[in-house]
Amino acid sequence: MSLTIDDVKRIAHLARIEVEPQEAAQVLTQLSGIFTLIGEMQAINTDGVEPMSHAQDLILRLRDDAVTEHDRHAAFQAIAPQVDSDLYLVPKVIE
Amino acid sequence: MLNFTAKQLAAELAAKRVSSVEVAGFFLNRISTLGKDLNAFVSVDEEKTLAAARAADRLIADGKAGPLTGVPVAHKDIFCAEGWLTTCGSKMLANFRAPYDAHVIGQFNAAGAVIAGKTNMDEFAMGSSNETSFFGPVRNPWQTECVPGGSSGGSAAAVAARLTPVSTGTDTGGSIRQPAALTGICGLKPTYGVVSRYGMIAFASSLDQAGPFARTAEDVALMLNVMAGFDARDSTSLQRDAEDYARDLQKPLAGLRIGLPREFFAEGMAPDVAKAIDEAIAQYRKLGCEMVEVALPNMKLSVPVYYVLAPAEASSNLSRFDGVRYGHRAPAYSDLVDMYKKSRAQGFGAEVKRRILIGTYVLSHGYYDAYYIKAQKLRRLIAQDFSDAFKQCDVILGPTSPGTAFKLGEKSGDPVQMYLSDIYTIAVNLAGLPGMSLPCGFDRANLPVGLQLIGDYFGEAKMLNVAHQYQLATDWHQRMPQGI
Repeated sequence: MSLTIDDVKRIAHLARIEVEPQEAAQVLTQLSGIFTLIGEMQAINTDGVEPMSHAQDLILRLRDDAVTEHDRHAAFQAIAPQVDSDLYLVPKVIE
Repeated sequence: MLNFTAKQLAAELAAKRVSSVEVAGFFLNRISTLGKDLNAFVSVDEEKTLAAARAADRLIADGKAGPLTGVPVAHKDIFCAEGWLTTCGSKMLANFRAPYDAHVIGQFNAAGAVIAGKTNMDEFAMGSSNETSFFGPVRNPWQTECVPGGSSGGSAAAVAARLTPVSTGTDTGGSIRQPAALTGICGLKPTYGVVSRYGMIAFASSLDQAGPFARTAEDVALMLNVMAGFDARDSTSLQRDAEDYARDLQKPLAGLRIGLPREFFAEGMAPDVAKAIDEAIAQYRKLGCEMVEVALPNMKLSVPVYYVLAPAEASSNLSRFDGVRYGHRAPAYSDLVDMYKKSRAQGFGAEVKRRILIGTYVLSHGYYDAYYIKAQKLRRLIAQDFSDAFKQCDVILGPTSPGTAFKLGEKSGDPVQMYLSDIYTIAVNLAGLPGMSLPCGFDRANLPVGLQLIGDYFGEAKMLNVAHQYQLATDWHQRMPQGI
């Protein structure tokens, strides 16, 4: 498959990363090179093979429904870009 | 003190021939002079280090010293350490002061080790040369116009240059083993799940593992004893009986079967690397080992598979960096989405952005089956190859890297060239197996060559035995770069 500039713009939007028009061409060239490498996977038949997402066959552990953490929000919010009344401030979304 | 191993330092400290404060002062001095030229450290804090040293001296005075009490340990800047800047080599986290300790950091603190500083690394652990760091590249102590390898380049360079006796790193596709090879030291990646990832900034969660750097296999074992163990805060941490990873170091190797994968020895190795590996194989024969040819037929797919799976996982893990709760926020933006897009475009470097974009693409609608699921199926085939090989041998041996340390800038123009240098290490992460690199010679330019051992699941003690016996018969691990 070959990538187009529109693909780059679409993926950049999905990834929420701004890619300037003048950057997009170079990004396209580099990504195309990487996709050529990735394309080598198609040469191998994997019919009937189970996908392996993880090195271990894990089942998530359960624990008691009890409070174990302490309230450290002041420490965690001390490093935030903008905080007010324990809330993280961001540009208004709803009109 | 320059060449003392962690074990020897601990003995000196326990015998009170030297104090932790004196040891810390000695290494801090080296870090502030030689360390600057190598750019191995992002953060150094003499006050915090000396405070930890004083605490260690109190433990020693109270007779409560452990094997690493008072020993300086440098930590890759990917581990959250409370009160320390934890940058992950990125502008995105250049102002991030961690509000808690990673499990690994907590283990070392409990052991009375002395945090020597936070080491430089490729940005978000994405790289094989330590050239993508926001804080500038790290230089190889053997030849400063060469790279130390990556992504744990700072931690490797620090140990090779004797700025610290031991350090920590992380390995997702080779980021401990490859810099260990390029800087002539030992580095080990444990079996997936053996070391907790809590507080270790995530790159690819099904591949990431923390591990130690040291100059000797014996020190690696002591480090792993501190790092390993169950942690309830990491859902992938394994509950197993505690192990002493040093327990088998002294076992003779007679009769041990070493697997040599034909795919590792086919082509692609630089001639001097091939020669050093051949000589190491001859040495192992002298130690009584039997060589067995094994096959890993799907190994050549490991690079494309990895460069689908790791970026996919990274795109998910790095979505948390949005300028809202911590890290870089763009100074100007028009609305919320613009704030996300600008914060991330400004905060991430080019390689990180590339990998997020690849990952986003392979997970997107219409491409998920052809890329992501396909790669996961190939992952199973690659893991199965190793299981089959381990029916015929006890440990696998090969080169860690196809070449030795390359020059700064040599490979950074073409991402694919850089990716191909991970060919021998990546499959080990895909399978979740343990692997280590140890020094086995030099090339004609006097750059180190590393030998890779791969163990079966939970085979760390055996791998360390195989490494230690080699180090009793050779002295590559004692060589020192000139001028340090």
